[in-house]
Amino acid sequence: MMALRRTEEARAGWMMTGPALAAILVFFALPAAASLILSFTDFDIYALADIGNLRFVGLRNYQRLVENPLFWKAMTNTLLFVAIGTPFVVLLSLFAAMLVNSRWLRWRPVWRVALFAPYVTTLVATAVVWRYLLHTRYGLVNYLLSLFGIAPIDWLGSPTASLPAILLFVGWKTFGYNMIIFLAALQTVPRELDEAARIDGAGWLARLRHVTLPAIAPTVLLVSVLTVAAMFQLFAEPYVMTQGGPAQSTVTILYFMYEEGFKWWNLGSGAAVAFLLFLCILAVTLVQLRLAKRGGAI
Amino acid sequence: MMLRRWIITLLAALVALVTIAPLLWMLSVSFMAPGEASGFPPPLFPANPGLDNYRTLFGSFGIGRFLANSLLVSTLATGLALLFTVPAGYAFAKLRFRGRDATFRLLVAALVVPGQIGMLPLFLELKAMGLVNSYAGALVPWLAGIFGIFLVRQYCLSIPDEMLEAARIDGASEGQILRRIVLPILTPIIVTLALFVFLSSWNDFMWPLIVLADQDLYTLPVALAAMSRQHVQDNELMMAGAVVTTLPVLILFLSLQRFYLSGLLAGSVKG
Repeated sequence: MMALRRTEEARAGWMMTGPALAAILVFFALPAAASLILSFTDFDIYALADIGNLRFVGLRNYQRLVENPLFWKAMTNTLLFVAIGTPFVVLLSLFAAMLVNSRWLRWRPVWRVALFAPYVTTLVATAVVWRYLLHTRYGLVNYLLSLFGIAPIDWLGSPTASLPAILLFVGWKTFGYNMIIFLAALQTVPRELDEAARIDGAGWLARLRHVTLPAIAPTVLLVSVLTVAAMFQLFAEPYVMTQGGPAQSTVTILYFMYEEGFKWWNLGSGAAVAFLLFLCILAVTLVQLRLAKRGGAI
Repeated sequence: MMLRRWIITLLAALVALVTIAPLLWMLSVSFMAPGEASGFPPPLFPANPGLDNYRTLFGSFGIGRFLANSLLVSTLATGLALLFTVPAGYAFAKLRFRGRDATFRLLVAALVVPGQIGMLPLFLELKAMGLVNSYAGALVPWLAGIFGIFLVRQYCLSIPDEMLEAARIDGASEGQILRRIVLPILTPIIVTLALFVFLSSWNDFMWPLIVLADQDLYTLPVALAAMSRQHVQDNELMMAGAVVTTLPVLILFLSLQRFYLSGLLAGSVKG
């Protein structure tokens, strides 16, 4: 009787996980693996029409990418987004979390929801809104700056300002999410510890450095890993706000992959880009984990 | 102490105001007359608030069609995702079968791989299956929701085994246990997961952009992006379009935020 039940339990286990596992295999695992194979072929619009035109070309897609200046432009842009955007978003989120976590704050839930709201909005819609907010002549951002005597900035029209402009939008859109994660970590820091340091005469900055940050170090790592991955995957932002311009200053790797694959129908080359993007994310994440291990954060 | 309370609260209010200002501005401009927002200094409120932009959107632009597409795709995505991931999450947590832990470890490892890596082969695969340029094609990625399985598994781990054993001794089949005992317990996490999938599929842009070529099938974000490339000058009209696109999910979030925020923490603990 018992043995019979165990067989039934095992069968139910496979029946309940089966559909999900099959879907993951067919629509996620297989395509991801096929990306590598596709990247060794010259799959293009002719192969799309007739698969007979498909040939294996070895590493030629990769070789051509290395020689393509736009690929390097996309790579540098993306690395800039990662290098500047990650600390910006992490600091912004941490600041917001500390503000909302302050023991002197009234009506905490209200502020928490307000700061989180941008995260659930539709990216394309708010990117459109920000495109107008950042308008050189009629935008609110430049108007606010003008109150402080700052001359109008051509946010989306100049190759040097376009990247900070998109980061401003990305920061606004995503800091609420990280803030919630930071808030949960901050609530585990014992108040007494902070209080003791304060009585000992430690200032705000000293307490942040010696009490709060060590206590939430694993969360800082988690949030930066998530943010790095998100920065590598920017696509809709440049698509809507700048279309990769001006002077290709906001072409990201994913934007480049999209154009390579679905505008020019060079699917082989696009797959090579996808695979390189995966390697980049993996490499940076591993480096972060190693640094954290050495620093004793985890 | 009192002063400190007010300073901190005032600072938070200021930060909150700056944060939601773009959304308030979007709403305000959507009620303005054409060309009104292009003035200096930029006007904050419409002189004669009206619904003309919305009339144009639903009339000559036929945004109602895209709204219906978005509603259909997101509702189906949510239903299908729940159907696939909830039983799987429960089974990974509570049912004993061979290969369970090894399979689950594989899923953990797969979480590092971003979905965009396989987009080009997935497109070719769906093309071969005849699903490109159809709602089904837009739905497919939501069936393979590893995150949902995690979320449900995490929650199921707290169900006491004795409860399931007792049901088994009473002669309930595994399917009956899932339906009658487990699902009622899972209600909060199912609401959370449904909310996650609905909002993510509603906001999703890259995949629908790739897989839906026919304009009649466009979801709101795809339609709005296409519109914004053609109507750069029509500031007020575009703001109304942004409101139609984002207001439904914003309202949904605000009314169910308790479920959303608690689920977000349960999900991030995995890291």
